[in-house]
Amino acid sequence: MNTIRSLFARREALLVLACLLLLAAITARFPAFSTPRNLAGVFNDTSILIMMALGQSAVILTKSIDLSVAANVALTGMTVAMLNHLAPGLPVIVLIVVALCMGMLLGAINGFLVWWLDIPAIVVTLGTMTIFRGLAFVESGGAWVNAHEMSATFLELPRALVLGLPVLSWVGLLAIALAVLLFTRTGLGRAFYATGGNAVAAIYAGIDIGKTRFLAFVLSGGVAGLCGYLWVSRYAVAYVDVASGFELDTIAACVIGGVSTIGGVGTVGGVVLGALFLGIIKNALPVIGISPFWQMAISGAIIITAVVINARGERVKGRVILRRKELPL
Amino acid sequence: MSDQSAVLSPRHIPDRLDSPLKRALKSWETLLLVVAIAIAIANSLASPYFLDPWNLSDATFNFTEKAILALAMTFVIISGEIDLSVASIIALASTAMGAAAQAGAGTPVLFLIGLSVGLACGLFNGVLVARLGLPAIVATIGTMSLYRGIAYVVLGDQVYKNYPADFAVFGQGYAVWIFSIEFVTFLVLAVIAGVVLHKTIFGRQVYAVGNNALAARFSGVKVQRIKFIVFLMTGAAAGLASVMLTSRLGSTRPSIAVGWELDAVTMAVLGGVGINGGTGNILGVVIAAFVMGLVTFGLGLLNVPGIVMSIFMGLMLILVIALPLVAQRINRHRRAAR
Repeated sequence: MNTIRSLFARREALLVLACLLLLAAITARFPAFSTPRNLAGVFNDTSILIMMALGQSAVILTKSIDLSVAANVALTGMTVAMLNHLAPGLPVIVLIVVALCMGMLLGAINGFLVWWLDIPAIVVTLGTMTIFRGLAFVESGGAWVNAHEMSATFLELPRALVLGLPVLSWVGLLAIALAVLLFTRTGLGRAFYATGGNAVAAIYAGIDIGKTRFLAFVLSGGVAGLCGYLWVSRYAVAYVDVASGFELDTIAACVIGGVSTIGGVGTVGGVVLGALFLGIIKNALPVIGISPFWQMAISGAIIITAVVINARGERVKGRVILRRKELPL
Repeated sequence: MSDQSAVLSPRHIPDRLDSPLKRALKSWETLLLVVAIAIAIANSLASPYFLDPWNLSDATFNFTEKAILALAMTFVIISGEIDLSVASIIALASTAMGAAAQAGAGTPVLFLIGLSVGLACGLFNGVLVARLGLPAIVATIGTMSLYRGIAYVVLGDQVYKNYPADFAVFGQGYAVWIFSIEFVTFLVLAVIAGVVLHKTIFGRQVYAVGNNALAARFSGVKVQRIKFIVFLMTGAAAGLASVMLTSRLGSTRPSIAVGWELDAVTMAVLGGVGINGGTGNILGVVIAAFVMGLVTFGLGLLNVPGIVMSIFMGLMLILVIALPLVAQRINRHRRAAR
């Protein structure tokens, strides 16, 4: 009995159940939704969210937040799209490296301000969020880069099928595997948890919490940069408002997945399931005939519900030694 | 988020304070005022139309609504919280007014609807943060999505614009000569906010909660109630701003006032309100509102597009916080080298 209860108390089990119930409800009326082919499509569609949510979760684990990820996607996406337009001969791999490095650089700017000047992450990224998107406008002059202005290889890469799955899905799966390794098998992963879980203890344990936060922002930025390329190439268009508001989705995926915004709590599995939950809803809405305009309100309601559930869960936690007592507010 | 500095460096208290005049001259507000005057002079040199009284009057329109948000945001930030949902509250309140106007409601009813939707949203935020104890950042990110989401559900890609003719008074009317009703309202609210924050027990309690919530609680301050009230205040301010903005534009789209939460937070922080809570004053925020208004108006005269202006806002937000810290750091190094 106890094991069953503890199984249900686990966020992952709860989320798997929620996803299955959701799928069952949709399938009851639209059997075509749950065909393997369509589910693979849903996963492919959610890959970008999964990756960026994992990057975001690293930042949230260290008790920070990165609101600039969507603007990062817009800026790097616009940059590689314009590079591709101006120099169609440039191999795609070069553009991917450019996107990755540029994303990491943008993340490093956030991380540096948080690390060196100790400015709260929310303020830094609220500022860089508008700066990055503004720069995307300056860079493009507000113009769009359309499909016919991009080279064929640039557009085809995420779509190319390998063993029956598009490259985009494989990148998503690879990101999940790397995240599991990073979060559970490396010193940096432990440092993420320690920094957010108990900053004081982390300092005494010899962890540089500023540097850890910096690296979390670089990671989140790098992932966003890569997704900048994937996004632009997948949707075959680059414009200033690409991924507008997507930072909220990444945070929502984390919160639904049981990542505590107070830091230090969360798992890769939870985040992935949180993103998939959102992905299923997003893909199901048009199928069951609900206007896509509902999506924003629904994800808002889900965020609030998830935070409330998280707060309940945190209250019954056992004794934590050495944690600086949180104010009982 | 400043755990490290909180642990490793206790707050320093100087042995001797400077004279009051010297302190006033060195204060953040004086610096802001100098900046405001410098920008005004630069603007008047850059464009010959800048100093025209009616032109200046027009300039007040583009920041008064945001400034009203910033006044309430000041209370929230000083109490150690943040409200990122204000712009979405504007959208939801505006949508409610639009729907009511469609159904034939008159101007006084519309005003009341706008204000009460704002209050209701603030109440919900307050329950989430003060009653359920959720972190304000995530809770208001959630309601930010929820409130604007509801506006999208109601409106989709439609627009409400059947407002009664006399509804335009809030956003387009003038009180005296060149002073618009919006601007006068802002000034009155600024005075009220200043008195409440600096001259009442409630104001002291807001500071106490932001500085040290635990100590405030042991001193008999009802911490949760204070937090609840400040969220009600941002809700009401957003409702009022929504009435003004809707009345000024004469139409409602779900994307109304997108990104205004950034402007409101920037104004407060630019005005010297410490983002970690417990410090700041209304005078600084009022001057900061003028600075931002002058900057955007000046850039507008130079035909700078809105999204480029937002780069300036973002930069200003970061620089305003970063520069004093950098200066502090350099000072400390110099002192250490001596």
